[in-house]
Amino acid sequence: MPKYLLSVYGPAERTPYGAYPTKEAMLESFADTGAFNDQLVADGYFVFADGLAEVSTATVVDGHGEQPVLTDGPYLEAKEHLGGFWIVEVPDLDVALRLAAEGSKACRGKVEVRPFETAESFQALLDS
Amino acid sequence: MTAPGSRVGSRVGSRVDDAISRAHRDEWARVVATLTRRFGDLGTAEDATAEAFATAVERWPKDGVPASPGAWLTTTASRKAIDRIRREARRDDKHEEARLLFDDDPPTPRGAIEDDRLRLLFTCCHPALSSDARVALTLRMVGGLTVPEIARAFLVQEPAMGQRITRAKAKIRAAHIPYRVPAREDLPARVDGVLAVLFLVFNEGYLATGPGTDPLRGDLTAEAIRLARLVRELLPDHGETTGLLALMLLTEARAAARVSTSGELVTLEEQDRSAWDRALVDEGHALARSTLAAVAAGGPPPGRYQLLAAINAVHTDAREARDTDWSQVVALYDRLVRTDPTPIVALNRAVAVAEVDGPEVALALVDRLPLDGYHAFHATRAELLRRLGRSREARGAYSRAIDLAGNSAETAYLARRRGQLGAG
Repeated sequence: MPKYLLSVYGPAERTPYGAYPTKEAMLESFADTGAFNDQLVADGYFVFADGLAEVSTATVVDGHGEQPVLTDGPYLEAKEHLGGFWIVEVPDLDVALRLAAEGSKACRGKVEVRPFETAESFQALLDS
Repeated sequence: MTAPGSRVGSRVGSRVDDAISRAHRDEWARVVATLTRRFGDLGTAEDATAEAFATAVERWPKDGVPASPGAWLTTTASRKAIDRIRREARRDDKHEEARLLFDDDPPTPRGAIEDDRLRLLFTCCHPALSSDARVALTLRMVGGLTVPEIARAFLVQEPAMGQRITRAKAKIRAAHIPYRVPAREDLPARVDGVLAVLFLVFNEGYLATGPGTDPLRGDLTAEAIRLARLVRELLPDHGETTGLLALMLLTEARAAARVSTSGELVTLEEQDRSAWDRALVDEGHALARSTLAAVAAGGPPPGRYQLLAAINAVHTDAREARDTDWSQVVALYDRLVRTDPTPIVALNRAVAVAEVDGPEVALALVDRLPLDGYHAFHATRAELLRRLGRSREARGAYSRAIDLAGNSAETAYLARRRGQLGAG
């Protein structure tokens, strides 16, 4: 079955409650997201999911040269950043899109759905 | 990527050419759809189908037309696809190859209706694809148009159109867009996208582009109508589906009267109404009435297709052009402008306004529209300027329209109208 990355983007500037305006809103969303995750597991779609610490905690590493070069901060400067993601394994895009809609409602963010390469597509790359 | 064997329909001549042309019209989508189900890849299906048609062009004149062209094309295309897959297959992939050769899996009955072409249509119109990609892909895969024809229909450069189709196929493959008719609960949402695409296909058939192309592509209009009927079987209570079918039938009914024997476009006003297809008019009227009744019974308000069908019902209801109830037409356009506030709708509304309030009022409306690259804008202006006696401006507008029009019958009509203008 194909796997998809469902990425949630949120503002770079966070409140004390992450991407949420109030503590109540955060707790409600956590509860909804938790229920959604449980359903993913029950349906056999769940591969991995988690939320990321705020973007200012990121470090970029360039290992091309002799010594790795470290840079404080995210790779791309932007107003919105990846805040968390799911990896799901589902029969096709329609299921992935339905899950993304449910996940988006639960976490209160927009979700980008992107397929992973598959054994076949890797093979096509190797054969090209 | 361009199908070498497609558009053979425009080659005039022998019975074999006619047979190939008929096979292209009747069998293209079916062969692509069958191969897509069997090989699980739209690109493979498209290329193999195009190769099969190219082989038919080569072989049928020598060997004769096969008894069942569809079966011959499907078999030939399948062999081409298998050859291709074999060439690309890894040595250790014997199992996959054997599966392809025997094709003993029955099709998985997952959708609401088991019609391969409908499945192909819903895949090409998938909402994860951009609207432009959906139309292009549907015309290529379901309609069998070539990339240059599609490029011309949408005023896009050929390489850009080719790339748009290639990218869409790559997304379908990489993102695993399923090849099936959506589940019943998802159908209403998905069907709107399909209707938009069918309407564009119908319009391309109704006003075909390309200098060597028949001005009316009955194959495309027939295909759009056939597919609209299929969608309506799925969703008999969906007003917009019924509205679109009614609109297509009422438009198609006038096809025979729409191009003169000399290949010139005949306007609605000048058409010989006895040449209209009464059966289609009657069916279209019955469908339009059924949507009105559903709205009257408390259904959702009519969308653009139902309103356009109603406008066409008013036109086809008039025994003579002068009997047309133009104020009813303007009233319907007023509602359409609210539903679908595009400059093209505003342009068509202005044509009706000219009949009620005169050409001067209409011209003022038209001149405001940002449609300088659209031939019908200039043709409409030309007509209004002619009626206002502003011949020189009219001549310029006809010339602009002729430069922009891609339809041969329309160009001929516009050239004649321009020629009728006195010096001035």
